[in-house]
Amino acid sequence: MKPLLDLHDKVAPLFEKGGKLEKLYPLWEAHDTAMFTPSDVTRTAPHVRDGLDNKRLMITVVVALVPCILFALYNTGYQALSAIAQGAAPLDDWRMALWQLAGMGYDATHPVHCVMFGALYFLPVLATVFAAGALVEVGGAIMRGHEVNEGFLVTGMLLPLTLPPTIPLWMVGLGMAFGLIFGKEIFGGVGMNFLNPALTARAFLFFAYPAFMSGDTPWIAANFAGVDSFTGATWLAQAAANHGALEAASWSDAFYGFEAGSMGETSAFCALLGLAVLLVTRIGSWQTVSGVVVGTFVISFLLNSVDSATNPMFAVPFHWHVVLGGWMFGMVFMATDPVSSAFTGKGRFWYGLGIGSLVVLIRVVNPAYPEGMMLAILFMNMFAPLIDHFVVRANINRRLARVGA
Amino acid sequence: MLEHYLSLAMKATFVENMALAYFLGMCSFLAVSRKVETAIGLGIAVIFVLTVTTPLNQLLYVTLLKPGSLAWLGLGDVDLSFLSFLTLIGTIAATVQIVEMTLDRYVPALYNALGVFLPLIAVNCAILGASLFMAERDYTLGEATVFGLGSGIGWALAIVALAAVREKLKYNNVPEPLRGLGLTFMVVGLMSVGFMAFSGIQL
Repeated sequence: MKPLLDLHDKVAPLFEKGGKLEKLYPLWEAHDTAMFTPSDVTRTAPHVRDGLDNKRLMITVVVALVPCILFALYNTGYQALSAIAQGAAPLDDWRMALWQLAGMGYDATHPVHCVMFGALYFLPVLATVFAAGALVEVGGAIMRGHEVNEGFLVTGMLLPLTLPPTIPLWMVGLGMAFGLIFGKEIFGGVGMNFLNPALTARAFLFFAYPAFMSGDTPWIAANFAGVDSFTGATWLAQAAANHGALEAASWSDAFYGFEAGSMGETSAFCALLGLAVLLVTRIGSWQTVSGVVVGTFVISFLLNSVDSATNPMFAVPFHWHVVLGGWMFGMVFMATDPVSSAFTGKGRFWYGLGIGSLVVLIRVVNPAYPEGMMLAILFMNMFAPLIDHFVVRANINRRLARVGA
Repeated sequence: MLEHYLSLAMKATFVENMALAYFLGMCSFLAVSRKVETAIGLGIAVIFVLTVTTPLNQLLYVTLLKPGSLAWLGLGDVDLSFLSFLTLIGTIAATVQIVEMTLDRYVPALYNALGVFLPLIAVNCAILGASLFMAERDYTLGEATVFGLGSGIGWALAIVALAAVREKLKYNNVPEPLRGLGLTFMVVGLMSVGFMAFSGIQL
């Protein structure tokens, strides 16, 4: 390490104030702190000694995401290959050309083939997101003179998992740039935003290019034209369209994630593994999580007992709501985002309760969207500061009453 | 019947939110959303004025302004609808003045709480907007009251949420060109994306 450190110390002045490459300091700083422990010390109070800095927090979230990412690779391939085995045509794009060039067959029972096929769709999206994210983040850092922050890595991991496999790559890049700029940079950077940047990016894509983000076609990377036996709609969409659609479906398939959907959201099981990591490290808030669960339970129970002859979604029970669509993924990785959720403990419970109730209401009552997790979370992000305000006010009033002032 | 009123109120509050779906009443929405406490004050004043003026304007509209509504005077072919704007906004301004004086005389506590907001919202376009929607959609007196109340609650909800968000963003290191109203406009835009959760609900 010694020669490397010497080299570092030699080039360091280039990037410091007055150096030739002063403008590129944020890049240098990111590289430097990733390679070596910085020698900076705090000289004035407060002195906080804590192993959990921003970098480690972000990396922990990425670790919690690993099961979802691995399953995304497998399931994207598995869904497409089994659709092709049932008569769908392979898509006509460069990935398939590559696949055929490599002489690979369409065998859904072969796990390695599934993972490779999934990687062919997932990795380009991931790479695009990181390229666009790095461009915006480094550009912002250089323009505004702050340090490059690892936050965009988490946003960049989350966004591809919430996208359908067939989404065009230019949209992915555009969405990521929008999410980072309008979801975060305009507010001053990491920790200052009020909406979740990954969800801002997804909402932008959802409303700007609905044909690529919802409907029946985008969820499986295969071409269904002329195949009647197969629709490619997600189970949520099917449940909304037909009575009893879920009776034919297998709950454990939905729980483990063998269903069509956004690439990383399908597996409730993998999201639960991530939840365990986030709860044990106390990065995800248990108040938010319990709020979401209670809210979903209460509202779905109420709607079950109302029931409706025309709308089959009324009858969907709690245990199906939690495994369908992005419920689990959204709760674990999006709702618990410490920046855009409420800051107070009690506030987090109410914030979660709002998300849990709204997601069921949107799924059931709003015919425009089969899935409601993204909009429920964005909506509650917007009200989180208000919830905090009232929690803090209530506390102040209680203490005033106690001291009798 | 109750169901009809309830769905009308829900629609006015969430689906067709005055501030975040129609972008009405922007001037006070942006100007008086710095602090949650004042936003609550303005919100209550708007709820109050909307609930009073929308049914009042409905009565005026049906008896005087609507084409053919002067039949009770024997003037069935007279059409005064060109006076709509003037009359509706006149009613609003007059109502607000009377309400303000009445409150000042009999309920000084509430008057002090609402303070400057009452005269301020005489010129709020959300108030006139509600009356114009009422005229366009031919609401009955009951519907107009419920619609006014629902719109008011929706607008108040939006401004209070915006104020809380702005309080949260107060100490941010926002890029120089965006400080102040620029950022607030963008926040409002993002908030209306959140409110799109309700767009498409059929009630």
